[in-house]
This record gives sequence, C-alpha cells and structure tokens, in this order.
Amino acid sequence: MDFTDDQVMRYSRHIILPEVGGKGQEKIAQAKVFIIGAGGLGCPVGFYLTAAGVGTIAMIDDDVVEMSNLQRQIAHRVDTIGMPKVESARNTFQALNPDVNIIALKQRISNHDILDLIKDYDVVVDGSDNFPTRYLVNDACVMSRKPLVSGAILRFEGQVTTIIPGEGPCYRCLFEEPPPAGLVPSCQEAGVLGVLPGVIGGLQATEVLKIILKKGELLTGELLIYSALKTTFRKVKVPKNASCPVCGNTPTITELIDYDEDYCSLR
Amino acid sequence: MHDPVMEEKDRGRCSMEKNIVHKHINIKGLVCPYTFVKSKLAIEGMEIGQVLEILLDSEEASNNIPKSMVDHGQTVLSVEKINDTDWLLLVRKEKE
Repeated sequence: MDFTDDQVMRYSRHIILPEVGGKGQEKIAQAKVFIIGAGGLGCPVGFYLTAAGVGTIAMIDDDVVEMSNLQRQIAHRVDTIGMPKVESARNTFQALNPDVNIIALKQRISNHDILDLIKDYDVVVDGSDNFPTRYLVNDACVMSRKPLVSGAILRFEGQVTTIIPGEGPCYRCLFEEPPPAGLVPSCQEAGVLGVLPGVIGGLQATEVLKIILKKGELLTGELLIYSALKTTFRKVKVPKNASCPVCGNTPTITELIDYDEDYCSLR
Repeated sequence: MHDPVMEEKDRGRCSMEKNIVHKHINIKGLVCPYTFVKSKLAIEGMEIGQVLEILLDSEEASNNIPKSMVDHGQTVLSVEKINDTDWLLLVRKEKE
C-alpha cells in the first residue's frame, strides 16, 4: 500500500511499532468491522477504530440521540439530538478520519437479517444493551464463524470477552440462556458511570486491532471484569462447554432465536 | 561517549564498497519521527539481505534512525556525513 504523506503522518505512531508497521497498518486499512449499537460502547469502539484507520466500519442501531445519552455516548452532540445515532456517529467519525468508510444502518438487528448483514465483515463487536441482541449476535457469530468482541456495562462494572468460534468458548458456554426478563436491570434503571463505556469500549477496540493484526493474546476463554469503584481488573477463565447448545458437540440451537420482545421494554 | 552505532559503522565500512544498494530514499527536509517512519516503510518493502541507502539532512535523525533500525533488528552498515548538511546511511534488512 502506498501511503499518502497525510497517511504517513496520521498513522506514524502505528507504523513505528514493530508489531504494526506499514504492513499492519495496511491490514487495518483493509479490515471490515461490524459494530452492534451506536451507544455507550459503540461510540468509543467506533471512535478508536476510525482513528486507527479501519477500512470499513458498519454500525447498526435503531435509536435516535437523546440528551441523556451525552453523559457517555461520546460520538453524539447536543446538535445531533433527535438524529439517528448511527448518522450522528457517522458524522463524527467521518470528520475524524475521511479514510474510513462508515456504513450507518438505522435498524434493529433481527434473526432474519443478521447473518446476511455480518457476512462480509471480519470482526463483529457487540455493544448492545439488551440480552436478546447479545444472544442473537453470539449465535450468529458462532454459526458464521466470525470473531466477536463482546462488551457489557452496568453501574461501575464492565465485562469484555473475545469469542473465536471453533477455538474458544462462546457467550452461551458462559451463560447458557438469557436471564428472565426483568431480573437484570438496565442502565436506564440502574445507572452507569459515564466513563465506564470508554474503558470497556477501549478494551474492545484493542481486541479488534489485535484480531486484525494477529498479534498478542486475545481474551479468548477469559472474561475480563473491570470494577471502576475498586479500580480492579479480574480475569475469569471460561471453559468451552462441550454441551453448549450452540457451539457444543451436538448443538440444539441450529436456527437463530428471536427472544421475547418483552425484553425490549428494559432498554 | 560510547556509541554502538559508530562501532557498527566501523564494522560496516570495510564491506561498504561491496554493498549493492537496492533502494535509495531521500528524506531531506523531514524531521523525526517521519524520518524513521519513511525509512521503515522503505525497508518493509524490501527483501531480507537487501540494502537501503538513506539520504538525510537532520542530525537528530542521523543518530536516531540507526538506533531505531538496530532496535527493529536491522543492521546499520554505515553512517557517513557526506557534506556540511547531509548524511548517508546504509542499512541491511535482516528481518521482516
């Protein structure tokens, strides 16, 4: 790849790194990443991957920007309130780095279209805020063997794990079924520290770049738990479950499930 | 001051005549870190064993590029001040 003078300057701190270099930067430029959600997690993930020069970034989200989002969803602004979040984020990211092709999908992802939507992408990032989507994305990534970087946040605590189908465990190896509707509170009910998605989204973006570069050690088979109040990072080993309903030896889930819409009231 | 790069230069000198330069870049006018970034991009596009010749006019880069190249596993064959303003570096690619 022939870098323009601007690109040499823009990516100079990457190119200097032995683990990246011009060749790694080229891999980043050719990569296609699909981000689920343009909210707390999707904003920092998209922001850093845009800055890093990822070639194509798709974001899917059905919501519009609200004032209450601005405490943590850093791609949105007062003057984009009322605008679809994916458009608001696309504006921000394009202003940061015009090299990046940002695809904004204002829709709710479903079991009917997810496989088709993610099929041309190298990595999927889950920044969703609800269990039906979280399980749908996991199952779709396992079925289509896509690397998935999953993140979650609530109050002062966040979690990250990287799922490499065929190599390590999936989300269902960890939690086989979604919790009953209403059991786990949403951010809306329980609150979330505004900085927390920045930490967790930053970790997710780091995992994505390592997958693209094929460098370092991924959070495969491990759940990283960050406590903002205690300032601690804990890693919990997650074994692959041989009887996992989606990635086990004899899967019982062979078609994508659309969990009860009741869940959506929790968003 | 002990300077490992100058030792490299002395070692490289005798073989300098034999070195075939496979690629030449002129990075005069550039400052750090772009001097090294351009040099690194040039060497990435070459084969192991090939020699890159770098023409530059920054004294800081004449010190830093050889150090960075050694850090990245390449061999600095020579660092030569060729006139009042310019340096010529020869670097052999040893690793990807």
